[in-house]
Amino acid sequence: MKDKIFKSILFIASCLILVLTAGVIYALVTQSISAFSAFGLFNFISSTNWDSVNNDFGALPFITGTLITALLALFFCIPFSLSIALFNGEYFKQTKIATIVSSIVDLLAGIPSIVFGLWGFYVLRPILIDMGVSAQGFGVLLASIVLAIMIIPYASSLSTEFISMVPNELKEAAYSLGATKMEVIKTVSLPVSLSGIFAAYILALGRALGETMAVTMLIGNTNNIPTHISDTGNTMASIIANQFGEADGLKLSSLMAIGLLLFLITATINFIAKYILKLVNK
Amino acid sequence: MKKTIFSTSRYRQFKSKLFFYAVCTFCGITMIPLFLILWELVKKGYKQFNLSLFTEVSPSSMDAMLAKISDEAIPGGILNGLTGTLLILLLAMIIAIPVGILTGIYLAENQKKTFTKLIRSLSDLLQGIPSIVIGIIVYVWVVKPMHSYSALAGSIALAIMMLPMIIRSTEESIKMLPTSLKEAGLALGGSYTSVVLQILVPSAFGGLFTGSLLAVSRVMGETAPLLVTVLGASTVNWHITEPTSAISLLIWEFYNDPNLAPLVWSSSLLLLLVVLGINIFAKSIAKKWKIQ
Repeated sequence: MKDKIFKSILFIASCLILVLTAGVIYALVTQSISAFSAFGLFNFISSTNWDSVNNDFGALPFITGTLITALLALFFCIPFSLSIALFNGEYFKQTKIATIVSSIVDLLAGIPSIVFGLWGFYVLRPILIDMGVSAQGFGVLLASIVLAIMIIPYASSLSTEFISMVPNELKEAAYSLGATKMEVIKTVSLPVSLSGIFAAYILALGRALGETMAVTMLIGNTNNIPTHISDTGNTMASIIANQFGEADGLKLSSLMAIGLLLFLITATINFIAKYILKLVNK
Repeated sequence: MKKTIFSTSRYRQFKSKLFFYAVCTFCGITMIPLFLILWELVKKGYKQFNLSLFTEVSPSSMDAMLAKISDEAIPGGILNGLTGTLLILLLAMIIAIPVGILTGIYLAENQKKTFTKLIRSLSDLLQGIPSIVIGIIVYVWVVKPMHSYSALAGSIALAIMMLPMIIRSTEESIKMLPTSLKEAGLALGGSYTSVVLQILVPSAFGGLFTGSLLAVSRVMGETAPLLVTVLGASTVNWHITEPTSAISLLIWEFYNDPNLAPLVWSSSLLLLLVVLGINIFAKSIAKKWKIQ
């Protein structure tokens, strides 16, 4: 009898996750319906208007802003996180120095987003102004540099795992043929762990897409489509953070709709990454 | 094959060395931001890092301006933020830890079921939701029906963010226990409940503890979801149904108000030290108890 009760408590706790997810989707969908019915789904996604006076809203500038900053951040982070993965998983596998490096990178992941934003604003922004990137320093470039630093830990930890999992026999076979360390990495380690590393980068991209505070503080918050890396813009997360407080009616619903779209994009990205990981593990 | 300078062994060894140095350089560059950030916060924040930071509430913009004009240090601290963060985190832990651990046990104990796989993917899905989206969802769930921003709403948002991490760490640490442990308990005539609660959970306690601790440190500095759920307050508030402040919200406030800007550094320094401190503490426990 006691066991039955205990087992059902465990079951109910798990069901709570189910209810929670259903509640998330239900809340987002019901709240965004009025925006979608007012503008039409396709129109809302493809319109560049964000006009509070005339109540005319569209999400295109924010969708492009999000994709551009996140992809640029991913691009910036690749050489660094790949180096860390090679350093920890290949050159100094299971040594003390690898542990130190990975703990420092882990700590980087612990820094709150708002502190990254502050640092970007007060330290990196003046540097970009001095370099003549733009007059104010704000913009896509600044946001994606900081984003890149923020996602390095996520990309590198999983990549390290996959690179260190490459079987030694394969590498030894290449060494015995006279390959240098670099050639082994290029022709054995990386190709073998490629799909795992790819999944790691997709997961990192998912994090970059949803990052809010740092981006809000650095991207400049203008509702236009950025056409150049020094342009200012807005991401889906930053427009919500900026305008949610004062929004009501159709604007609130439009922000909710943007939230729903952001949810769908990150969920898809994460699903793809998990699917690749599943294939790799088989 | 024609022998060129590019295929000589010496050249290839040289290229390999060069590649190694490039990897080390990039790796070294990645270590820099952490220390740069810490240095920046310490350099600018240590002056305001005093007792009043912990004992006084945040100053109004007016007071700060007057102090600035007369060239004094800005009065006040972040007491309202400290108590707010404490209140919100405590509530979030009360909500998330029991549910997370129970779900984790369920997943570890029923590994083959389709339902388990579903819950596991849903937990992954929840983990992937951007924090601001969780914020606006909780706004719809809690703030709107209650007609008020509240500490409770903020803690629900943080609890949702903590849940997947706690579930994952619980499941992993229970799965790692040897089956013989459970079998021994059952062979002694222990009921399922007592085997789980008195053998499995205590044996995996280290994993559960560090998992929860890391989850707390992860959500501690969250700002975006709190912005749309607890709003902020200028006084100390212990009522869970009223708007409350939090350290991260105060940092955001200070950042947006030029008069209060000097306070931004000391409060960020405090937040960063606490978050990194919990992080290091949790990982050192994990190492001590040999858990992943």
